Amino acid sequence: MAEVIKSAAEAGAVAPAAHAERLRILGEAAREALLEGSVEEVRLERGGHELVLRVRREHLLQTMALLRDDPRFAFEQLMDLCGVDWPERAERFEVVYNLLSLSLNQRIRVTVRTDAATPVPSVAALWPCATWYEREAWDMYGIVFEGQTDLRRLLTDYGFEGHPLRKDFPLTGYVEVRYDEERKQVVYQPVSLTQDFRNFDFLSPWEGMTTLPGDEKVHLNRIEGPEP
Amino acid sequence: MAATADPAALASATEVSTTRTVEVDSHTINFGPQHPAAHGVLRLILEMKGEVVERADPHIGLLHRGTEKLMEYKTYLQAMPYMDRLDYVSPMCMEHSFVLAVERLLGIEQDIPERARVIRTMFAELTRILNHLLNVTTFALDCGAITPALWGFEQREHLLEFYEAAGGSHYHVNYFRAGGVARDIPPALEERIAVWTRQFPRFLDDLEGLLTENRIFKQRTVDIGVMSAEQAIAWGFSGPCLRASGLPWDLRKAQPYEIYAELDFDIPVGRHGDCYDRFLVRMQEMRQSLRIVEQCLNRLKPGPVKIADNKIVPPPRAEMKRSMEALIHHFKLYTEGYHVPAGATYTVTEAPKGEFGVYLVADGTNRPYRCKIRAPGYAHLQAMDVLSKGHMLADAVAIIGSLDIVFGEIDR
Repeated sequence: MAEVIKSAAEAGAVAPAAHAERLRILGEAAREALLEGSVEEVRLERGGHELVLRVRREHLLQTMALLRDDPRFAFEQLMDLCGVDWPERAERFEVVYNLLSLSLNQRIRVTVRTDAATPVPSVAALWPCATWYEREAWDMYGIVFEGQTDLRRLLTDYGFEGHPLRKDFPLTGYVEVRYDEERKQVVYQPVSLTQDFRNFDFLSPWEGMTTLPGDEKVHLNRIEGPEP
Repeated sequence: MAATADPAALASATEVSTTRTVEVDSHTINFGPQHPAAHGVLRLILEMKGEVVERADPHIGLLHRGTEKLMEYKTYLQAMPYMDRLDYVSPMCMEHSFVLAVERLLGIEQDIPERARVIRTMFAELTRILNHLLNVTTFALDCGAITPALWGFEQREHLLEFYEAAGGSHYHVNYFRAGGVARDIPPALEERIAVWTRQFPRFLDDLEGLLTENRIFKQRTVDIGVMSAEQAIAWGFSGPCLRASGLPWDLRKAQPYEIYAELDFDIPVGRHGDCYDRFLVRMQEMRQSLRIVEQCLNRLKPGPVKIADNKIVPPPRAEMKRSMEALIHHFKLYTEGYHVPAGATYTVTEAPKGEFGVYLVADGTNRPYRCKIRAPGYAHLQAMDVLSKGHMLADAVAIIGSLDIVFGEIDR
């Protein structure tokens, strides 16, 4: 119990400048090591501080297994898995895996794209902790994970319908609950708000201007997102 | 037993009872969601074989508030208070990850004034003590010891008073800001914290005196819920739970943020990965956090607590009354907010419970496009099945206590 770590160097801390260079080399190594055509894109985000691999769906499992088991990468831990919804894209969902290597002290982000119907291979066989994250992604976005045996809803209510984090799911939802005195139980009913949900658009027309003055608010509530 | 029972009859009676076989069907117990030892609203479906847990299936989401969805409809500034309400036992550490993520996307992480960094680090460590005090003492409460909880809450009250002095609120302070902190700490607070740090080691000694060598506490925790290092890695453990399994991993050392790289502190590491080691690691961490707080107090020099860019942080109130430009900045910041350049970041801090990550996707507007919150407790609770298999029902309670479960962050 008395073991302690004394200095930052012992724990393997890296200076920021060297960090970016290391990630770049790591990205190249990953591109070379992985199967031809499995990586769609290797990208350094946020000024070279974060390494992102975009992988083809069908090669996801091989890629992940390599990233975990190859001593050059050694990403032993799956820290996070989540979905992101881009409704304007052909394949609207993105599944994001944030991996961490404890032994080499590095992080990588792996993303894969899918749509509402196409399943993504489950990584639960590689990291047992993936189960809950995949259940959550299914619950929130309706992303299906192939090979995941336990794809129950996780955070929403028993019997909930819909996938609330999708961009087309309204913030107020469709149903609300109340306690029914006569039936002596909690019942669902359609949402009725005394005041409509007000979604203020504070975006200044001049800062987000991409079209002619006067037109912008017609078809522009959001500027184009980052194109990965 | 009658006093006059003859030995032969007694012997035959015991013989009968030892040869009797009892059929115990496996049955299911619904533990929680309203159970004092569930640490919130945990519903645990326990498949039992007699008194032994065969399988544990946690049902979560009873405190799900849709934080991530709500944040997509708020400006970055308005999204801040939601962070406090995630892990409501360590509010400032939750803010910390989000603030760092926004700063990194804004590209201002190098410009934060020294005083703001020191204040943030100091409060992050006070928060760690705040969190561990609650966890350690309620864990002891789950194992049958009431006194630690009463003592611990007194100390927590002091810390919450510091919160109140700094941010104006007892719990949900909403104090950290992208670009510094909301306002400077009052002048007397440094001295108050210094006085508190001087008496705290004595309290820790008392607390250790109550628990560390306590026979009952050790019987309830030693070799209960053992997690090997390999298992802990596979299940995504982080923070004290990972260190208790023998892995010397702390983000404050390994991937330093704020001023941690310049501070002198040690990382306690356990050996066995059982409930008792998780408790010991937290006890030692409080002493280390205290060291950090003392160093931060020595480093506090007068200076600004926010960056100077009024496109991101509001101008001083007094200036607003005189300067037209300041007034416009103020108005724009509190209606439109600031725009964050398009990009994505996965930013982590070493929260008291483990790696607290924010995966923030910005699309260039004044609102987050996606903000995924990675809660350490989520991964820990998921391993409940592995941890409690083969243990008794009462041990499941001890395991929950040792994992430091708070539903605000798990359910989000």
